[in-house]
Amino acid sequence: MATSNQDVNALHSGAAKKQESVFSYMRKHWELYIIFIGPALLLTIIFRYLPMGGILIAFQKFNPIRGIVGSEWVGFKFFERFLSSPDFIRYLSNTLKLSAYGLVWGFPVPIILALLLNRIGSNTIKKKIQTILYIPNFVSVIVLCGMVRILLSVTGPVNHLFGSSINFMTMPEAFRSIYIISGIWQGAGWASIMYTAALSNASQELREAAELDGANIWQQIKAVDWPAIKDIVVIQFIMQAGNIMSIGFEKAYALQTDMNLKSSEIIATYVYKKGLLDGDYSFSTAVGLFNTVINVVLLIAINKIIAKMNDGKGI
Amino acid sequence: MRRKKSFLAQCASDKVFILGGNIFLGLFVFSIIIPIIYIIVASFIDPVTLQNSGISFDISKWTTTAYQRVISNKQIWVGFYNAIVYSVVFTAISVMITLLAAYPMSRTDFRGRKVLNIIFVITMFFGGGLIPTYLVISDLGLLNSMWAIILPGAFSVWNMIIARTYYQNIPSELREAAEVDGANELTYFFKILLPVCKPVIAVLVLWQFVGMWNSYFDAMVYLSDESKQPLQLVLRAILIQNQPQSGMIADIQSTAARAQLGELLKYATIIISSLPLIAMYPFFQKYFDAGIMAGSVKG
Repeated sequence: MATSNQDVNALHSGAAKKQESVFSYMRKHWELYIIFIGPALLLTIIFRYLPMGGILIAFQKFNPIRGIVGSEWVGFKFFERFLSSPDFIRYLSNTLKLSAYGLVWGFPVPIILALLLNRIGSNTIKKKIQTILYIPNFVSVIVLCGMVRILLSVTGPVNHLFGSSINFMTMPEAFRSIYIISGIWQGAGWASIMYTAALSNASQELREAAELDGANIWQQIKAVDWPAIKDIVVIQFIMQAGNIMSIGFEKAYALQTDMNLKSSEIIATYVYKKGLLDGDYSFSTAVGLFNTVINVVLLIAINKIIAKMNDGKGI
Repeated sequence: MRRKKSFLAQCASDKVFILGGNIFLGLFVFSIIIPIIYIIVASFIDPVTLQNSGISFDISKWTTTAYQRVISNKQIWVGFYNAIVYSVVFTAISVMITLLAAYPMSRTDFRGRKVLNIIFVITMFFGGGLIPTYLVISDLGLLNSMWAIILPGAFSVWNMIIARTYYQNIPSELREAAEVDGANELTYFFKILLPVCKPVIAVLVLWQFVGMWNSYFDAMVYLSDESKQPLQLVLRAILIQNQPQSGMIADIQSTAARAQLGELLKYATIIISSLPLIAMYPFFQKYFDAGIMAGSVKG
């Protein structure tokens, strides 16, 4: 009895000590809260959480002068308007196709580049090639799209080369290819860094042993190189697949022309045009929210998959 | 005998493999170099010649007209100036805020770490979207101010995670020793921790600087004054919207000649606008490897 009483007392004092120490901890370590975390938390609240409150205008006929409090509520009217319009399927499929095709075509290229770079015996040549491969990553979206437009213009070098006069930028059927190929041109070299680093960690002795045993290159890749990068490949693929709805605005907008809109109008560019160019705030917010929600659902699903493969640890 | 044959066959298949691989690699490298060389050379060619017969490597016929016209245009310089100011201020503020926030988040004894982590990570997946963010920035009176493009992105959760992971790999004895010596949190952070984190700081500086230098969306949305536009928006007018700055072509009479010159100006504009990053490229290169190590960590 006495011992159990003691236990209870110890428990109580332990709890009290902990309770008290939260405040005394915060007072003692005030710098951690005010100086270190403070600015980041303030920015997060103002520029991330306040706008989340603004999502309410998707359910209103928002009037900027009356504000959120004074505007009329309309429920899901704008969602219904978007989902029932013929544009909805087109913009959704443009968005999905652009990123899905981009993933399918673009994903293997950095891996192939890394495997090939890894085969180069001379370190100086390897470094030189890498230097060139990384350059496009530092070219801005605007300059990249400017270059694409120049090279593909009716009087440009590509048409010169083939003696044709095709206006690629006005063709809806060419948009996705232009977007994806220029994306590979710009990003594949840089994306290969990660795989190159993992490959250089793969045991050199293991590779030499495989070579001595008479394994051909294909077998060496299967037995030595692939195991070294497999995990990164899987994680990268899943993460990119999860981001399929969050394809960026900047490049699609810079490659759009009035003529190729049929395939180049994606949800992100539509939200911008409806909201900021037409001033249709509520409708634009509803479309944006629709996109975000699909994206979150995808990401949660993806995180579940990763957690399953990763012994219950998600990202 | 049989073994030897299969060995030879293997060699042959290997050779094909290597050859195919090298051709692929070579083509990829050329696909990067050739457009760049084309644009450099074309920027020196007379517009009429360029349209009729393409580029030529005959240097004696080269002209620097396009460069003179681009350089003498004021808006390009305004763009350069703004881009430098925005990128430097943004990089300084955002890297500082991120490094600071990552420190308490790296300490297991920090009270509130879990809650704050949830608050931060949610913003990586969910946000208000374009219009609600625009309305907040507009209500704060930041429209047409450089803070509208600097503050909203100044704290990056992803970069915080990278810095946090880096801190966590630094032996805790360092802090214990500092505590024994009576150093407070600030002294420890600035005098002891940051100096050993130079690689990750360099990577964050590089990413934030290049990111701000190359972006145009926020500036397009929030900055309407011509005098405040960064370089990428000036470039956008010239390269994407086909609107060369009027001063560049005002003296040309015929529409056709104007259009040709407008095309030529694009080449020179691309080269001039890329010079700063090209100049910084060797400096960046030193940190590429550090960048991979930082980028490969997962939160």
